[in-house]
Formats: sequence, structure tokens, C-alpha cells
Amino acid sequence: MILPLSLEQASFAAGGRAIIAPLSLDIAAGPSTVILGANGAGKSVLMRLMHGLLAPSSGRIAWCDGDAKRVRRQQAMVFQRPVMLRRSALDNVAYALAAAGERGANCRRLARAALVEVGLAHLAERPARVLSGGEQQRLALARAWALHPEVLFLDEPTASLDPSATREIESVIRAFDAAGTKVVMATHNLGQARRLGDEVIYLHQGRVLERAPVETFFTRPATAEAAAFIRGELPWV
Amino acid sequence: MGHFSEAARGAAGLILSGDATLVGIIVLSLGVSLAAVFFATVLGLPLGAAIAVGRFPGRRAAIVVLNALMGLPPVVVGLAVYLLLSRAGPLGALGLLFTPGAMVAAQTVLILPIIAALCRQSVEDAWREYEEQLRSLGVEGFAAALTLVWDIRFSLVTAVLAGLGRACAEVGAVMIVGGNIDGVTRVMTTTIALETSKGDLPLALGLGLVLIVIVLALNAAADLVKETARRRYG
Repeated sequence: MILPLSLEQASFAAGGRAIIAPLSLDIAAGPSTVILGANGAGKSVLMRLMHGLLAPSSGRIAWCDGDAKRVRRQQAMVFQRPVMLRRSALDNVAYALAAAGERGANCRRLARAALVEVGLAHLAERPARVLSGGEQQRLALARAWALHPEVLFLDEPTASLDPSATREIESVIRAFDAAGTKVVMATHNLGQARRLGDEVIYLHQGRVLERAPVETFFTRPATAEAAAFIRGELPWV
Repeated sequence: MGHFSEAARGAAGLILSGDATLVGIIVLSLGVSLAAVFFATVLGLPLGAAIAVGRFPGRRAAIVVLNALMGLPPVVVGLAVYLLLSRAGPLGALGLLFTPGAMVAAQTVLILPIIAALCRQSVEDAWREYEEQLRSLGVEGFAAALTLVWDIRFSLVTAVLAGLGRACAEVGAVMIVGGNIDGVTRVMTTTIALETSKGDLPLALGLGLVLIVIVLALNAAADLVKETARRRYG
């Protein structure tokens, strides 16, 4: 177990501009966490800090397990734009498994199982880069699925997808949740937050303004900013 | 234009006659340049990729130097390799001077920076796109460089072609370390230089045309490979 993840007064600044104010946060195993906020609120940076792609400018970010290799192995991240290697869909998943230390013979078998899980088995031999945006994103999820990570970070995974592709992606994310993977997702899509989230962390200008169960957050937001964000994103409500 | 039509006819005649000396010169030229491209590719791609992905002190200086070395004058490379391989030089014991081996060595030194520098740029551009994903998968350093080189292998064809073009076209380096010995180290460019100074313009121009056609054919083949790959892999 590498969870819980704890941020202690962690901040991030770039070019003299504070993007994440010093914040303390615990991410524990269990229900899925949605990081909500407007564009520029710092969601992506916060995800990257937690995933270890960025180092905090100050403060500490620590997993419960101190072994760096296990920590890396037990988490996966799906980005807004999937990055696929110029090889088949199957080989892209197998590559991730090999990078995670899986033995050669097992890689392709496990990769195939992951493709079945996300409904891409029929495209296994197709070059990954010629797949549609939605298919590539599902492939990115298959790549994460194959690793069976303890934590899955998702950075606006459906931001550039149409509604039907979005539905497919969301059903795979639910499967992760059902399989016991801790899902941490950044989004500015309130509908998606409601559909997939158990708790909401509301980020505003690099600060955590609220952390509440989804229902509480949407029905009784505690801060004026969150209330305005909910109204602004759903002006017809 | 008289020279050109005469040269074209002369070249066609030479090629069709299958003149053994001419064939020997063409084969040696291609052999030397392709061997140099092979060695420079084997050394240059990993070097370029390592500089692209690596983070070490002096990295920017290394990039500037590498880029500057693309403009190495062939005669200077020839002279340096000549000094290394001459009987009194540090590698004199190899007895390579005035052999095709010396020419391969000189051309390798000449085009290694070209292939490495162009590879460095391509890999660095790719790294920008792939970095987060690869680091997320725990792939860094040498493994990342290998993955990138393999993934953009069809773009790297251009870097290799630039090296090949330079190797086929240069005359200074092979002239100095090869000595332009008839039947041993005489290649197309040194022959052209020699025949021009002797006044045999048709032969010189004819060889020039052959050289251009060969380089064109190699580039066309490489382009075909690249386009097919792009359509296949995206």
C-alpha cells in the first residue's frame, strides 16, 4: 500500500508566479476524488505534483511507502491528450508493462486482457496513432489498467472528446473504481464530477477552498466562489 | 550548354559501356560513403539522443559545439585524420593511411556531428511531447532515449541522409587521407577534381551526373520508406 498520499504545505511556483499556494492535503484509499476548478485554477499542476512529474517548490509530498520504485509502479496517469508510441495498440500496452518490470512473455497476454477490458480487442493490431481520439484515450486507460495501479490520476480525460466517447471513457473509469483503484480526477465538467466523484476538492487560484462529499458540494457549497463556479458552469439551473 | 549535352552523352556512353575503371570508382565511392554513414549512424544516433534526453552540466555548450561541428571543413578533418594516421602519428601503426579505411574514418568524423546534431534536435522535439507520459511509466534516461529514437526512426532518416549527402559530396577529406591513387583510393569526387584540372571536362561532368543521379535515387528510396511509414503508423 502506497496510500495515503499526504501533501504538507506543498506549493508550486513557476517563473515567479505562484500556481499552487502552500496547501496540505491527504488522499486516502477508497472513494474517488474529483478535483474541480476553473481553467487556470491549478488542477493540472496539482495532479502532476501528486503524481511526481513536478517537484514542489516548497513543502513535502510523501506517500505512505518510502520506496520510490514501488511508489512509481503503483500509480498511473491518464492525460488530457494521450501520447501513443508509433506501434500497435497492443504493443503500446505491452510497452508499459515491460517498463513496469513485467516479464516479456506475460506482457502481451496481460496487454490483450487490458484491451478486452476497455473494448479495444478488435483494434489490437492497429497502429495506435491512427486510432480516433476516443479510442486513443481508451487505449491510454487500457495501458493504465494493465498496470493495476493502486492510484489512477486522470487529468481532464474527456476534455477533447464527444459525448459518446466521453460515456465510454467514464464507464472504464467506473470499472477502475469498482476494481478498487483509487481514482483521482481533475475536471471542470460538473456533470462528470457528479457522475464519477464521491468527494470534491474545489480548487480556486491554487488554493483548496472546499473539500466535501459530492452531494454536499453541489447542494450546499460552503464558499461564495464555489457557488459562483457551480452557477457559472450550469447557468441554466 | 555544349559541355552539358556532350557530358551527358559521354556519361551515358561510359555507363552503358560498363567501363571497369568507372564502375570501380563508383563502387568505391558508394562503399566508402555508405560505410562512413553506417559508423556515423551507429555512433551519432545514441550520442544525439543522449544529449537530447540527458541533463548534465555543460549540456548547452555541448549542443552549441555539436551544431558548430556540422560545419567542419572537410580538408581540416582530412588533415586531422591524416596526422592521426600518418606513420609518426598516434594511430600510425594501423597502416591505414592512403587506404579506403582511412577514407571511411575521415568521412565518419566529418558526418558524425551532422547525424548527431540533427538527431539531437528531432529527439528533443519528441521528448517534449512524450516526456510526461514516459516519466509517468517510469521510463527515463537511456531507456527513454532508445524509445524515442525507435519511435521517430523514420524522421531520423533525414538526418542520416544529410550525412550521406555530405559524405558523397565532399572531396577534401578523402583526397588528403586517400591520396587519390588510381584504382585504390580514387573516388568520384576526387576523379572529378583531377579530370577537371587535366581538362577532361566531359568525363568530369559525366561523373558529376552519375553522382547526382545516385544521390537522387538514394533520397527517393528513403522518401518512399518515410512516406509509407507515415501512412502506416501515423
